[in-house]
Amino acid sequence: MQQITRVNCKIWSRLGQRGTFFGIALPEIAAQMENVWVSTADLATLSGLDRYQKAFPDRFLNVGIAEQNMIGMSAGLAKEGNVVFATTYATFIAMRSYEQIRHNLGYQRCNVKVVGSAAGLVMGMSGNTHYTFEDIAVMRAIPGITIISPADSVEAYKAAWAAANSSEPMYIRLTGGLNCAPVYTEDYDFQIGKIQTLKQGSDVAIFSTGTMVSQSLEAAKILDEKGVSTSVYNVHTIKPLDTQTIISACASHKKIVSVEEHNVIGGLGSAIAEVKSTLGNSPRQQFIGIQDTFFKPASYERLLQSCGLTAAQIAESIISDN
Amino acid sequence: MNLIDEVIKPAAFRMRLKALEMAYHAGANGAHLGGGLSCIEIFATLYKGILKYKVDDPAWEERDRVLVSKAHCVLAYYTALAEAGFLTEESLDGFEQDGSDLPGHPLHNLQNGIEYSGGSLGMAFSVGLGMALDAKRKNRSNRVYVILGDGECDEGSNWEAFMSAAHYQLNNVTVIIDQNQLQYDGPTDSVMNLTSLKDKISAFGWDVNEVDGHSVSELYEVLNQPETDRPRAIIAKTIKGKGVSFMEGVKEWHHGVLSEKLYKQAIEEVLQCSK
Repeated sequence: MQQITRVNCKIWSRLGQRGTFFGIALPEIAAQMENVWVSTADLATLSGLDRYQKAFPDRFLNVGIAEQNMIGMSAGLAKEGNVVFATTYATFIAMRSYEQIRHNLGYQRCNVKVVGSAAGLVMGMSGNTHYTFEDIAVMRAIPGITIISPADSVEAYKAAWAAANSSEPMYIRLTGGLNCAPVYTEDYDFQIGKIQTLKQGSDVAIFSTGTMVSQSLEAAKILDEKGVSTSVYNVHTIKPLDTQTIISACASHKKIVSVEEHNVIGGLGSAIAEVKSTLGNSPRQQFIGIQDTFFKPASYERLLQSCGLTAAQIAESIISDN
Repeated sequence: MNLIDEVIKPAAFRMRLKALEMAYHAGANGAHLGGGLSCIEIFATLYKGILKYKVDDPAWEERDRVLVSKAHCVLAYYTALAEAGFLTEESLDGFEQDGSDLPGHPLHNLQNGIEYSGGSLGMAFSVGLGMALDAKRKNRSNRVYVILGDGECDEGSNWEAFMSAAHYQLNNVTVIIDQNQLQYDGPTDSVMNLTSLKDKISAFGWDVNEVDGHSVSELYEVLNQPETDRPRAIIAKTIKGKGVSFMEGVKEWHHGVLSEKLYKQAIEEVLQCSK
């Protein structure tokens, strides 16, 4: 595993989460772990898997455009003691092969890491078929599936290693495109299931995941300037959820805000609300995310704006919501 | 000793009787009788004549893997596992009882000889291919057997698997299709016409054999054919509800409840047939 330095942070942020995960992390992992496989459904080159494929042709599986078969074959490999990273676009892997994931990973505990790329709205002009904003909701509903959504490329790298060393079935949600805004510029301790406190304040607690973490950090700067003391938490693991950190934040802040590039139904905000609603006295929650709608296809930037998911909009929305 | 006449056929006979008894004792829960009785000879031939396994070492690496995709055929599957020694007679009596390890669809449990949990059709075939791929890579000699139903071939995921088994030259895979020509809602031809499974699967790059799925000798012969460079599919032509006149070819016996009177009649018919 590489040391995290300013140089590789910079290079990896250009590659984005997907490029870092498949182009950097997995070739390293496979070189060290003889039982690691990668499977894909006709998305090898786009996923940055060319390097992996050349180095480990006998541990690479391209099933063609057949996501259900990909999860099934990956589960069979996992049953024989392999750790399998299966990937294609998040929308297809999470939903076309949903029952295969439920049956093989959830019910039978096959050690497959389902890696959905381009989750959220990054597919821009490709349109709604390629957007993914239901995946957290549907994956959360399967018992026993760990869900990870890295905040940036460095975290995608660390998540890949953590996943390889875990025997748990997982869904890993990669968001953003190339030039993924960095959150981390130096090494830190990444632990599955542990929320990272990135900034400590006292008025508003923002819980974010994926690309929305960097936007939330920017929003917090604006809020601080306007006199709203803001905490920012990176919820890289949505399940199992670090409930203790959420409960503590509820005790020490006046408002809880969830920010996600996902439908506000069933995602991170819902997961937090499920914890918060069990508390006797807790601050109110504001849900920032996709408001249960499909879109007229547009550029990624335009789509984020239309959902109020830019830093300035997040700050504005938090101030105006009372 | 004559394996077919002295081992496999008697096992099939006992399995059919036990299957009926288990279904009867399941009471109002009922049981998948039709598709269980149609593949008794398939399972008897596999477990008493073909498969490599070690009951005292169920995770033995070289064991043949059996993926039962038409998982509602547990009356044949469980009784075969008992004949093999994985399950006890006593455990079979717990079939579909609360707390039992033997519900209406099998639960993954290698101690019981069960490789894969079933119940959702179109799931197991791809998983078997992953296991076959692993065997190839590790130069193991075991085979992977996948049991499909013909109605189950409506599921598109199975065709993804047929395609990729040939693509990856998984000649260590044998698929056996229990072609009893009847699915839940009626004849397979009228619910969703599969036309020629043989032509279809051949076109996908497989070796295909058609046999009488109730002929132990035909099954044994075809399952012992030497390996080629292609995966092998065996279309076993069977009768749903085989051995019991009022069940044979009757769609309502896909899943049914046996009264005492019908149970006695069914047992009598099976006993008569063996004479």
